[in-house]
Amino acid sequence: MPFGTLDSFAKTKIGAIQDYSQLAGRAVLNMFSRPRYWADIFTQMDSIGIGSVPIIILTGFFTGCVLALQSETALQQFGAVSKTGSLVSLSMVKELGPVLTALMFSGRNAAGIASEIGSMRVTEQIDAMRALGTDPTRKLVTPRLVATIFMIFFLTIIADAVGIAGGAMVRVGLLGLKLSPYLHSSYTTLAYGNVVEGLTKPIFSGFIIATVGCYFGMNTKGGTQGVGRATTQAVVFSSVFIIVVDFLVSRLMISIFGS
Amino acid sequence: MPAAETEANPTQQPERRGPVVVFDKVSIGFEDKPVLKDISFSVERAQTLIILGPAGTGKSVLLKLANGLLKPDSGKITVFGEDVTAMPEQRLYKLRARIGMVFQESALFDSMPVSDNVAYRLHEEHVPEAEAHAAVVEVLDFVELGHAIDKYPSELSGGMRRRVSIARAIINKPDLILYDSPTGGLDPITSTTIVDLVIKQRDVSLTTSLLVTHRLQDAFTLATHRFNTAQGKVEKIPNGGIDDRTQFLVLNEGRVVFHGSTLELVRTTDPWLKEYIS
Repeated sequence: MPFGTLDSFAKTKIGAIQDYSQLAGRAVLNMFSRPRYWADIFTQMDSIGIGSVPIIILTGFFTGCVLALQSETALQQFGAVSKTGSLVSLSMVKELGPVLTALMFSGRNAAGIASEIGSMRVTEQIDAMRALGTDPTRKLVTPRLVATIFMIFFLTIIADAVGIAGGAMVRVGLLGLKLSPYLHSSYTTLAYGNVVEGLTKPIFSGFIIATVGCYFGMNTKGGTQGVGRATTQAVVFSSVFIIVVDFLVSRLMISIFGS
Repeated sequence: MPAAETEANPTQQPERRGPVVVFDKVSIGFEDKPVLKDISFSVERAQTLIILGPAGTGKSVLLKLANGLLKPDSGKITVFGEDVTAMPEQRLYKLRARIGMVFQESALFDSMPVSDNVAYRLHEEHVPEAEAHAAVVEVLDFVELGHAIDKYPSELSGGMRRRVSIARAIINKPDLILYDSPTGGLDPITSTTIVDLVIKQRDVSLTTSLLVTHRLQDAFTLATHRFNTAQGKVEKIPNGGIDDRTQFLVLNEGRVVFHGSTLELVRTTDPWLKEYIS
C-alpha cells in the first residue's frame, strides 16, 4: 500500500473514532440538560424493547434447554448430574444471558436504528430537523440510547429467567429427573458478584448497540445502497464490540469479585 | 431603539441596517474537489434572489451554507448581521428560528402526519396545542392543502409534499426563506402552482428569499408576476413590468458568472450566459 493511501486510510479511521466519540459523548451529556424528549424515549422503549421481547424469550429459553441437555449427558459421566442447575444458572446469568441477549438485540435494533436514521439522512430529514432548530443528537440519538440501555437491562433478566426455566423443562420433561435439586443448585450457586457481572454487561451492550447504530445511521451516504451498507456495518461492528467488551468486563469483574 | 434594548437583543438590530444575507469570498469543496469558489454577493431586505446554473454547480450547497447546515472552507457568511461561519451549532438553532427552508425533495418527516410536520417548529417551541393547530390550519389553507391535514407524506403527490414543505417553512413567519428547487421534478402544471405560492408568499409577507431553480421559465415568472391581493390570484405585472425586488445570481463551475437584475440578465452580452438563458 503506498504511503499516501495508508496516510489517508489512517486519517479516515481516526476521524471516524473521533466522530463516534463525539456523538456518544454528546448523547450522554444531553441526558443532563433540557430539552428532553420523553415521548421519543417511551416510543423507542416500546419499539426497541417491547418489540424485542419474543426473540429474547425464545433465544433465552432454548439456550437454557440446550445447556441442560448437553451438560446433563456430560455431567452424568462424573456422577455430577445434580450440578446441572449450577451450570445452567451460572452460564446463563454470567455469560450467555447477557451476551446472547445483546447479540440478538443488536441484530434487531442496531440494524433498525441505523436504517431508520440512515433513511432520514439520505432523504435530508436530518438536515430539515437542524433547519427547524432541533439538535438531531438530542432528538434521535439520546432517546434511543436511554431506551436501549433501560430495556436491554430488563430483557437480560428475562432471558436469564427463561433460560433457567428452559433448563428445568428439559430436565423434568425430557430426562425425567427431579426439579427441586435443579432449582436448589441453580439458586445456591449464584453469588452476588455473578449477578452484578451479569447485570453490568447489558449496560455496556446497550450503550454499544445504540451509539454504533446511531453513528452509522447519522453518517449514511449514497442513497438506499448506503442505508443497506450502514445497516450491515452497524450490526457487524456492534456485535464485535459486544464480544470484546464482554471479555473486558468479565476480566474486570473477576479482578473485583474473584471467580 | 434605546441602547439598552439593543444590547439586550443583539440579533434584532443589524438586519434593519444592512443586507439580510452576505457571502464574502466563500469557498467550499468536498473530498478535495472544489464546489464553490470565491462566492460573494448580498441580498437586501424583501429581495428575492433567484439562483440559476447548470446541475452540480453548487446551488443547493450555497443554500445550506446560508442556513449554517454546512461550514465553508474559507470566507465569511453573514445572516441578519451575524457571522454564521463562526457560530456554534447551539446558537445556529436559535438563528434558524428566523429562517424557513424548503428542501429539494421536501424532506418531510415520513413518520408524522402533515399536521405534525407543519407544526413541528411550534411543537418544539411548546406553543399550546390549540394555538398550534389554528396556525397549521391557516398555513395549510394558504397552500390550499387544508384537506390533507391528517394524511401522511407517503399518501401525498410530489406537488402536495412540496406545498406541505412550504407550509412548514412559513408557519412561524420567518424573515428569510430558502427555497431549494421547489419545482424540481414536478410536472409543469404543479410547478406553476408552486411558483404561484412562492409569489404569493413574497408579495403578501414581503419576506427576503433565496430561490434555487433549474427552470428558467419559473425564474422569469417570478420576475414578471405579482400576487393580486384583491382578486386573490397571481397575475402578470401590467405593461411588461418587472418586479424590481427580484435579482438573479448565475453560477457556473462553482463561480458567480452573473449577479444583477432581470433586465441586466436578459440584456447580457456574455456568450455563455446568452446561450444558457436562451
